[in-house]
Amino acid sequence: MSDAVSTEEKLIIFELKGKEYAISVNEVMSIEKNMHITRIPNIAPFVKGVINLRGVVTPIIDLRLRFNLEEIPYTESTRIIIIMLEDMEVGIIVDSANDVVDVDTSLYEPAPETISGDEVDYIKGVVKLDKRLLILVDLEKVFDRTILRNYSNNKSDE
Amino acid sequence: MEMSQYLEVFIEESKEHLQACNEHLLELEKDPENLQIVNEIFRAAHTLKGMSATMGYEDLASLTHQMENVLDAIRNKKIVFSPEILDVIFLAVDDLDAMVESIASGGDGKRNVEEVVEKLVLIEKGLPLNQKNAAEAEVAATATEKAPTRENQYDQFETTVLQQSADQGFFTYEINVTLKSDCLLKAARVYMIFEALESLGEVVKSVPPVEELEEEKFEFDFMVTLISNEIANKIETAIMKVSEVEKVDVREFFANSQSVKQPEQSEIDNQVVESKQEDITNAPVSENVAPAVAKPAEKQTATKISNKTIRVNIERLDILMNLFEELVIDRGRLEQISSTLKDQELHETVERMSRVTGDLQNIILNMRMVPVETVFNRFPRMVRQLARDLNKKIDLQIVGAETELDRTVIDEIGDPLVHLIRNALDHGVETPEVRRANNKDEEGTVILRAYHSGNHVFIELEDDGAGINKEKVLSKAINKGIVTTEIAKTLTDSQIAELIFASGFSTADQISDISGRGVGLDVVKNTIESLGGSITIESEEGKGSLFSIQLPLTLSIISVMLVEIQAEKYAIPLSSIIETAIVNKKDVMLAHNQTVIDFRGKVVPLLFLKDIFDVPSTEGESDYYSVVIVRKGEKLAGLVVDGFIGQQEVVLKSLGTYLSSAYAISGATILGDGQVALIMDCNALIK
Repeated sequence: MSDAVSTEEKLIIFELKGKEYAISVNEVMSIEKNMHITRIPNIAPFVKGVINLRGVVTPIIDLRLRFNLEEIPYTESTRIIIIMLEDMEVGIIVDSANDVVDVDTSLYEPAPETISGDEVDYIKGVVKLDKRLLILVDLEKVFDRTILRNYSNNKSDE
Repeated sequence: MEMSQYLEVFIEESKEHLQACNEHLLELEKDPENLQIVNEIFRAAHTLKGMSATMGYEDLASLTHQMENVLDAIRNKKIVFSPEILDVIFLAVDDLDAMVESIASGGDGKRNVEEVVEKLVLIEKGLPLNQKNAAEAEVAATATEKAPTRENQYDQFETTVLQQSADQGFFTYEINVTLKSDCLLKAARVYMIFEALESLGEVVKSVPPVEELEEEKFEFDFMVTLISNEIANKIETAIMKVSEVEKVDVREFFANSQSVKQPEQSEIDNQVVESKQEDITNAPVSENVAPAVAKPAEKQTATKISNKTIRVNIERLDILMNLFEELVIDRGRLEQISSTLKDQELHETVERMSRVTGDLQNIILNMRMVPVETVFNRFPRMVRQLARDLNKKIDLQIVGAETELDRTVIDEIGDPLVHLIRNALDHGVETPEVRRANNKDEEGTVILRAYHSGNHVFIELEDDGAGINKEKVLSKAINKGIVTTEIAKTLTDSQIAELIFASGFSTADQISDISGRGVGLDVVKNTIESLGGSITIESEEGKGSLFSIQLPLTLSIISVMLVEIQAEKYAIPLSSIIETAIVNKKDVMLAHNQTVIDFRGKVVPLLFLKDIFDVPSTEGESDYYSVVIVRKGEKLAGLVVDGFIGQQEVVLKSLGTYLSSAYAISGATILGDGQVALIMDCNALIK
């Protein structure tokens, strides 16, 4: 992350419980307003269900629940960020998403140990930008399938 | 050159050529004297070699090349064709198949083929593969040794080609090319010269052969025989344009004069080879070569006429299908709007649009239809091998291979069929001795049949083997606890036959290598049911069995029953529903802590979907249960829902890989209001 190679990267900034998180614009397909979500039974609680995204049935997870933060009701500012991950389209629900910044990748730093909670496992690093601290999210870890598989295995054993 | 864009075409065509090789090899086995078939195989192999070399798959090209050498030797009667040779060629084709598969799945197409290549080289040299046929090979060996004396001569096949071309008004040239003595990249020059020549006509032969030229195994001159409709001058200039060429000598000649030489050639043959050999070398050649050459010409014109199709990537069709589905959903919405607005003009427009989209739907579905042939044509090879392994004689007949099925079904149906065929060969058809003792033809007949009927496709596998031994099946089923002795007495013949689909059941007394590797027919049944189809057996002891598979024409659109559970909507596939019922709560009974109902004299357990799916409760309960009776094989269950919405044709959508572990949900669909409804997997619900 601290390589001397300096290239600009566009980051999409979203908010979750007052903190600012960032993902590369290359990973983002679109940002949607909250829409009807069909619940999927017997699956990990952070999977909110599926939506009809222009004809494609797309799984949606609540990033607050994924990071073990408390759940809040969805509001006008709630957004679903649609992400392309190895050929599959998935979505994350965030409190709000309203900024795009250009960041020099040489500014990326490894995650400091002060970041607490489960989210530390899903973080690639941080960027300090003036007075802002952007947390870079590792989407592949967020959408790790083994967690879902373990969950449904436990469920069917019951 | 950027090759990746041709990769798909290459893979498709390679598979076609390999399939052609397989088919023709099987024909050849039945009719080993027929050189025309050898020519067909040779041509397929040759094209494959060229393609793989162009694409840079060297291993593939070199193995094909080696196979081609053997084929060439066979058609030129340099070696005596034998079943052993055929086996080796089959092995080679298997290897090629595996290489192409590897390329198709993103690999580099490399594979250790030393053993096969070694065998092919041995065959080509006429050396014995093993002790058994050493004697035969000796003759062949002497035949090959004199091969070099043929240089500058044309074999009868080539002569016929030349003669026919001349008859059709083409010129035939012998071109002597001499490269400059300081030429550095001889192979590259040869390649360029050949490229130049191939743009002018067809190269029939070269001395030394192309392979040696490519490996620079020549001094500075070589000779090429070319069929062309260009004049000699033009050819000469074309070659001279290639740098480092010293001299070109283009000489027109006539194949007729050449064929005069043939008797001499035969004489040389006769001196070396036994007279017995002579019969095979001369007689069949003269009979067979002519049609062999005539055929390609026919074929070319045939392809030109029928070449009105294009290859479309299945992904593109999927995209088209997706877009179309959206259109169907919007159509649903428009229909809703028009019925509430009650505007005459809007209503008519929407109606017309519905008709057009209906037609469009048919066309798109038809585009995805593929003849079942693509699955069937791998079976002759398999049956041949199995029959050999089992020491049985099998005549496999394929009927209705042109019957069309949706691509998605085609992809899934192969494995169950392999299993059924193995089963029929292993357990069904008896050994020749047993068949003889039972006054049957030594050779067992297995018929693989496909046909359309209504909205379904039927695939049947029929054999005239031993049939299903009912007592044996029953005693085994009782032993394994699949049925009780009491129930066993009440079963009908067909119910007994169905028992072999029960999991953990195998009719074989011993686990053999062919079938019964712990995987039973229950897997076959499950696969077919997961495709929305069903399988039945008819069997008569001593006469044979008939396995009949019924499949829907397409998987992408299925009929479902939409139900409501509280505020949520779910779809239950119609294929697993027996009927719906309204049950009074007073009629519900408890048996072993399980709520059950009496449904037409049967005790059926009730499954409360609200609890199974943890549906958030929003409204109170009534005195009645709405129940959907579903089945999984013989087992029934009643699914308790809150209301029926109705039957509907829906477009099946995958939940995607991320949610593949979702319990009892097999997919999703998009309803008219744009919302997603989940499709229930009844097989997972019934344990």
